[in-house]
Amino acid sequence: MSNKSKLIGLAVVAILLAVAFIFIDLGNNWDYALPRRLKKVYAIILTGGVIAFSTLVFQTITNNRILTPSIIGLDSLYLLIQTFLIFVFGSMNSLVTNENVNFLISVGLMVMFAGLLYKMLFRGDGQNIYFLLLVGIIFGTFFGSITEFMQVLIDPNEFMVVQDRMFASFNNVKTDLLLIATIAVILVALYSVKLIKYLDVLSLGKDQAVNLGVDYDYVVKRLLVVIAILVSISTALVGPITFLGLLVANVAHQFLNTYRHSYLIIGSVFISIIALVGGQLIVERVFTFDTTLSVIVNFVGGVYFIYLLLKESKSW
Amino acid sequence: MKLIYLVISFIVLAITSLFIGVQNISPLDLFQLTEEQIHVLLVSRVPRLLSIILAGVGMSICGLIMQQLTRNKFVSPTTAGTEDSARFGILVSMMLFSGAGQFVRVLVAFFFALLGSFIFMKLLDKVKYKDAIFIPLVGMMFGSIVGSITTFFAYKEDLIQNMSSWLQGNFSMMIQGRYELLYISIPLIVIAYLFANKFTIAGMGEEFAVNLGLNHKQIMNIGLMIVALITAIVVLTVGMIPFLGLIIPNIVTMYRGDHLQKSLSHTALLGAVFVLACDILGRVVIYPYEVPIGLTVGVIGSGIFLYMIMRRKAYE
Amino acid sequence: MVDVKNVSKGYNKKNVITDVSVKIAKGKITSFIGPNGAGKSTLLSMISRLIAKDEGEIYIDGMDLTRCKNNDLAKKISILKQSNHINVRLTVKELVSFGRFPYSQGRLTKEDRRLVNEAIRYMELEDIQHKYLDQLSGGQKQRAYIAMVIAQDTEYVLLDEPLNNLDMKHSVQIMKTLRSLADELGKTVVIVIHDINFASCYSDYIVAMKDGRVIKEGTTDEIINPTVLNEVYDIDFKIEEINREKICVFYS
Repeated sequence: MSNKSKLIGLAVVAILLAVAFIFIDLGNNWDYALPRRLKKVYAIILTGGVIAFSTLVFQTITNNRILTPSIIGLDSLYLLIQTFLIFVFGSMNSLVTNENVNFLISVGLMVMFAGLLYKMLFRGDGQNIYFLLLVGIIFGTFFGSITEFMQVLIDPNEFMVVQDRMFASFNNVKTDLLLIATIAVILVALYSVKLIKYLDVLSLGKDQAVNLGVDYDYVVKRLLVVIAILVSISTALVGPITFLGLLVANVAHQFLNTYRHSYLIIGSVFISIIALVGGQLIVERVFTFDTTLSVIVNFVGGVYFIYLLLKESKSW
Repeated sequence: MKLIYLVISFIVLAITSLFIGVQNISPLDLFQLTEEQIHVLLVSRVPRLLSIILAGVGMSICGLIMQQLTRNKFVSPTTAGTEDSARFGILVSMMLFSGAGQFVRVLVAFFFALLGSFIFMKLLDKVKYKDAIFIPLVGMMFGSIVGSITTFFAYKEDLIQNMSSWLQGNFSMMIQGRYELLYISIPLIVIAYLFANKFTIAGMGEEFAVNLGLNHKQIMNIGLMIVALITAIVVLTVGMIPFLGLIIPNIVTMYRGDHLQKSLSHTALLGAVFVLACDILGRVVIYPYEVPIGLTVGVIGSGIFLYMIMRRKAYE
Repeated sequence: MVDVKNVSKGYNKKNVITDVSVKIAKGKITSFIGPNGAGKSTLLSMISRLIAKDEGEIYIDGMDLTRCKNNDLAKKISILKQSNHINVRLTVKELVSFGRFPYSQGRLTKEDRRLVNEAIRYMELEDIQHKYLDQLSGGQKQRAYIAMVIAQDTEYVLLDEPLNNLDMKHSVQIMKTLRSLADELGKTVVIVIHDINFASCYSDYIVAMKDGRVIKEGTTDEIINPTVLNEVYDIDFKIEEINREKICVFYS
């Protein structure tokens, strides 16, 4: 099966699932349910696409398939911000309840943190990218310690609000947020258009990329910034879904079996949509909301990932 | 740093630890202790001191063993998923054996901690890119996957806040009747001393070990079992203390080199001294409230770890 | 011409390369020889701008390396390093096509395709051009990489230990190819090589390095000489002439 037909196949499945999600079991109150579902599907497409793209690009830059951008500490930072706001200001404060303000604060702080991290990476000659990741993970643990400390002290009722933020959910994505997020994503996409052609060459490794004329530092720095912004946006929009990108990027690589990012990006976006819509369907209709989407995705993604690592074949 | 300085600091800090607390007991009172003061000392202060020492020594030695077995100075119960696996084990025991006593919980936690360590060792075999900095990355990714599986189940049972409060590293709960389990780590530490050289040899590879007449698999297993058991016990009684097993052995290697026999005593002592210092700091900083040890070590430990890898810089 | 002037490079206060100056002649094969740790690979990486130098200047055809745009440099100078473990699934043809990236940024023109096919033909890879790299032997892989370098169509071709992991037959094959790159295509080939006899049989010029410095440079004839080689390698050499080539014997 050629890659083109595979992509078409994926697109068809994605569309079918979306349609199923929107229209099945619509019930009598469809003028209430329909716009809600449409919004959900849109939020899923946006987030799924963003996560797929950022993870794929991140894996290419790091020449490694077991990594995901959220491990550089962005997820933990997000939780820290949310817990801190609720801990200090209470869950009724506008910083928490006003989605737009909350969104802007979260994205702003996360991008600043990523920027600081990158500054540290590009300081020395010969600093490799794993160093950045390890530093990121340490910060993740650092943030996690502080967050856990606050979480234990928080009033159990307030904690419910915190717990809500811990897990990605598409259930209550506000329209205004979707608007800001869409605009942000479009702006970032426009910025990154010129950088995409370097991705194929980057996957050959740093030495080859430099040899073939790529301004490595310039390109990688900018791509990392793009990734940071996108991950921050998706995390602030729906919450942390740490392993979705991992799952999706690896499935895309295995299914499409090509080095060409033009195919890989599109493929992973479709797979991401399929995973999320499918997952949400399961959460709503099978588990009847007993668990959240992000918990399932992390669970499945995590297990799949361990399986990947233990399999023979790949050299990381 | 000579051993003698460590011993002196140890004694000084140990004594100091006995006299900090809400109940006012000063060294001068030693000759005329009231009933109440004796009670506090025996029920709270002394057990706390003993658990600090045992946890500090135990986790540091765990880290040292793991580093010897893998020949990688960044491996430790925190960066190999062992702590997270123990945590998962405890959740399982909470879910499946909720009535059972501490002994059962330890066994379950031990089982999972061991399982997690084995999986990690297998992962190490598969990872061909042996850059030293890459290994803890894999370990922490693995740890966070186990963590997300734990969260999946904890969410279903509505145990998240519960788990956080229970499993966060905290010595304030160490009173008579709750800490005795830690005594099990004493014979384990003794075994570690006896096997020290064998661990080093085993760490050099199967062929090397067999050549010298050692049963490689057996030594590896014993080492991992000691680590898993101590970790399970500490996590169960005290909670998670991140990075301890990582930074202590490394600080010791920095001034003592890698000769195992000598560095063992230093590692043990420094571990105790470090945790004592952090604990005292935690009790004094916001007196009469305490900052839990998990947080103190999490923050200071992250800082030291960061410093360590920055120093490493352009060796590649 | 490549002009290296007073270049130094150090890691952690230890100098790997100290005050090295050397000129590399056009259209010839120049080999860098020397014991391990002499700094040969580091120097090559600096000339090809893969790593930065601490001091000194490097000029390629009169232009300062640091002032050149990376893409322009990629059309002038290409480097092939020792370790090429790529974990991307590529066919031989796809790999060679990457060589055209500096020119067409990934969109291959008719001209690009022609050059790619020519490079494949030159390296006798037509039969296996659609095979994946991981299905090839060491020798075939190396030929594929060299084909990519040929497709990159640069005047200067730098290779770091190109014969590593190759058996005898393929080693000879590669060296013959490099010779023809210089003779037929007029390229300037610079290689780091540790096999002294291959260096003797195929180079025009040799630069001998030791402990981060250039201790001797000159024509092959001048360098392949017992006194010089003894100074470089700290062992005794006997030179025999066989078939008009100087062969070094140092085995006892």
